[in-house]
Amino acid sequence: MTKEQRLKKRHNAEKRFRFYGLASIFFALLFVLILVHNIFSKGSSAFMKTAINVEVFYDKDLLELEPGASEEDILEADFFDITIESLLKVYPAKNMDEEDALIELFTTDAEIEIKKAFLNNKNLIGKKINLEITASDDIDQLHKGNYPRDLPEDRRRISNFQLEIYDVLVENKTITKNFNNYFFKNGDSRDPEIAGIGGALVGSFYSILICLLLAFPVAVLASIYLEEFAPKNKITDFIEININNLAAVPSIVYGLLALQILLATIQLPRSTPLVAGITLALMTLPRIIIPCRASLKAVPPSIREGALAVGASKFQSVFHHVVPLALPGTLSGTIIGLAQALGETAPLILIGMVAFVVDIPSTPIDPSSSLPVQVYLWSESAERGFVEKTSATIMMLLSFLIVMNFLAVYLRQKFEKRWN
Amino acid sequence: MNFVLIFLITIFSLSLFFYGRSKTKSIAIEKNIKLNALPKFYGYYLVLWCSIPSLVFLLIWSLFEPVIIKSIIIETAANQGAIFNDKNEANLIYEKIKAIHLGTYFGDIDSILRESALAYAKFINLFTNSKVVLIFAIVIASVIYSLKKINKNNKARDDVEIILKGLLFVSSLIAILTTLGIIFSLLFESIKFFSVINIFDYLFGTNWSPQRAFVRDASSITAAEFEELKDAFGFIPLIAGTTFIAFIAMLVAVPIGLFSGIYMAEYASLKIRRISKPIIEILAGIPTVVYGFFAALTVGPFFRQIGENFGLTVSSESALAAGLIMGIMIIPYVSSLSDDVINSVPQSLRDGSYAIGATKSETIKKVVIPAALPGIIGSILLAVSRAIGETMIVVMAAGLAANLTINPLESTTTITTQIVMILVGDQEFDSPKTQSAFALGLTLFIATLILNYIAQRAVKKYREKYD
Repeated sequence: MTKEQRLKKRHNAEKRFRFYGLASIFFALLFVLILVHNIFSKGSSAFMKTAINVEVFYDKDLLELEPGASEEDILEADFFDITIESLLKVYPAKNMDEEDALIELFTTDAEIEIKKAFLNNKNLIGKKINLEITASDDIDQLHKGNYPRDLPEDRRRISNFQLEIYDVLVENKTITKNFNNYFFKNGDSRDPEIAGIGGALVGSFYSILICLLLAFPVAVLASIYLEEFAPKNKITDFIEININNLAAVPSIVYGLLALQILLATIQLPRSTPLVAGITLALMTLPRIIIPCRASLKAVPPSIREGALAVGASKFQSVFHHVVPLALPGTLSGTIIGLAQALGETAPLILIGMVAFVVDIPSTPIDPSSSLPVQVYLWSESAERGFVEKTSATIMMLLSFLIVMNFLAVYLRQKFEKRWN
Repeated sequence: MNFVLIFLITIFSLSLFFYGRSKTKSIAIEKNIKLNALPKFYGYYLVLWCSIPSLVFLLIWSLFEPVIIKSIIIETAANQGAIFNDKNEANLIYEKIKAIHLGTYFGDIDSILRESALAYAKFINLFTNSKVVLIFAIVIASVIYSLKKINKNNKARDDVEIILKGLLFVSSLIAILTTLGIIFSLLFESIKFFSVINIFDYLFGTNWSPQRAFVRDASSITAAEFEELKDAFGFIPLIAGTTFIAFIAMLVAVPIGLFSGIYMAEYASLKIRRISKPIIEILAGIPTVVYGFFAALTVGPFFRQIGENFGLTVSSESALAAGLIMGIMIIPYVSSLSDDVINSVPQSLRDGSYAIGATKSETIKKVVIPAALPGIIGSILLAVSRAIGETMIVVMAAGLAANLTINPLESTTTITTQIVMILVGDQEFDSPKTQSAFALGLTLFIATLILNYIAQRAVKKYREKYD
């Protein structure tokens, strides 16, 4: 091998090596793109719902209501008959089976929707009105193009007769896509078309709020102590090692801690944002202390010495001068810690947040779900409609995380002082 | 009641602040002396003395009150002739008594229960009254003490700072308390578990099927049942599955993470670095439940499809899918840390290598990486500990049955998956099945602790070498 050949070989090796590096960065970026694209393409359709235009006649005799009936009477009145009557008018059904098939096109909550429309306008007695009734999950998926039509009938959940009705509805343009307010407003449900993340949103909000209220003050005080006041001795070293280890303990272990101490020993109520918040606070604490200490450490000693020189006590120098300067870094560390807590699932599963909760929690001691747990719950469901709901929930979760992370970066860049 | 007390204490403390401030001012004028601290510190002094002792007392009281009342009530119920064989029945009766007292119990109420409910009401009343009285006594005593101090013109700032420093110290102790809490809660149940199941049967058994022990009281196990239980809790398949999935994850994460770390530290221009580094770190910020969803619904079926095309049977919950996605999640842990580590290798080492004619890649391979090796290994170990503790990806994408297999296309299970599977839904405390989850948690905790300790030591040693 000549000198030139050897040199060429070495340069080729250099190029290959460089290519490997570039390729692995490219692979990582590509994966982020695939993941985000996959979630968004699956989930964006969940923000729309399919509705069918139905003419509802509020028959006085069927409802057994007089004009000017009180709200309580209306709430007690039976809207089932007029619901069936109205839904059957959509398409001529010849026998009982066909009638059942026709009614299956609509959500099981059709009666409630008709009742609500009446409650909003009590003068409707004896009148006809066109309402957009939410379609069932299967029709919803069919209309969004997620349901294969070309399967043989016995492997489809939608019968040929139902497809026939659907095609007529499409032709008459009585089937429409509306904004899916249920997705944000409702709690969990077994029926995908009326299931929503309202309960999970509130549950997550309470959990993170409690986590913030507990973890932030303790973390700031602890890091001030460790960074500014603690003498260099065995106890301080031990606390430091402890904090570093706690930050690396798997999150599921915190779930076991909460199960044993918070639920079994102190007997706090299961499945509640209160327990979730305390668990997340314990977990987030070391993860906040570490950046807090870093930002305190970054404040140059001259600031402290200047304060001490004009007669401030150690406390005054720390709380009047060092802490305000370290605050942006502290806050951004806290926000990033909270963002991690928001996406945490495993410990919440152990404390029972996987319970099926329909109601939206009104206080932190009501049973509830949370956004990541809702993702887990729905991803286990078999219904096709839950796939898009899950993806849409992930979209909401990711957008919260993005907002929090941007806020953290913004705070740091805008307010943090550079000392060199 | 507690909220009212806290509210009253807060209001009283706040008013004491203004009182203390003006009081000391007037003392200073009256006696014509120079105060030892600014007037506001006397206010703070009063506030701290008024609130801290009483609130600490309230906290301790609230923690112990239910326990004490419960034992008293159960005892009185027993004296009146209530029969309960074990702790669970006693708890049940106590809950019934409580429900009767609150008026939410709709079952049959016999005379024992009624008497106990009356006793319960009596004790609750007694405890609440004594709590209020004691708290008022504490507040008054501490306020009188602190007012005396103030009148003597004490060094209020120093005293306030000592108290606050104590508060800071207590906050930093919470980390230790958490660790203790973890260790105790894991040990407590694990010891119960190991008193039923031999620890060697657990560590070296090759069969994991805890469902056999479902709803069974640990204290009343017959000899035949015991034999059956003995080989239901074998840990080997779980540790095998866990290391196997972690190994697949590391096969993905180490090369990609290391190469991207090297590229960013050595080759990338500032601009590329500034863009690509945060994007790669996004991977670490995505919640793991999202990866789990992606692995279970997209990657798993995709591999299955490919396998079918080649005539292979691929489980839709294959170890490969879970491991691959876990590896991608871990990339940033490897890349960021190794980027940092490589960056802190002194430039002089590189310059020496260039000076004798080495190319850049040769310098990296022969000089930079060997120099940075302890740090790189540390970062890999941290990534491994992350991988074995990871829960949601494996819960959603790996299997539930404990197969002892090294075929990546089959399904296998992990420690974390089993903990979730055992504890999700209704739990029987005191059943070996539930306790086994805590034993698994303890094993996991110890394993990650050792890995982290070695990793942190390695990184620290390495840093010291070049700092």
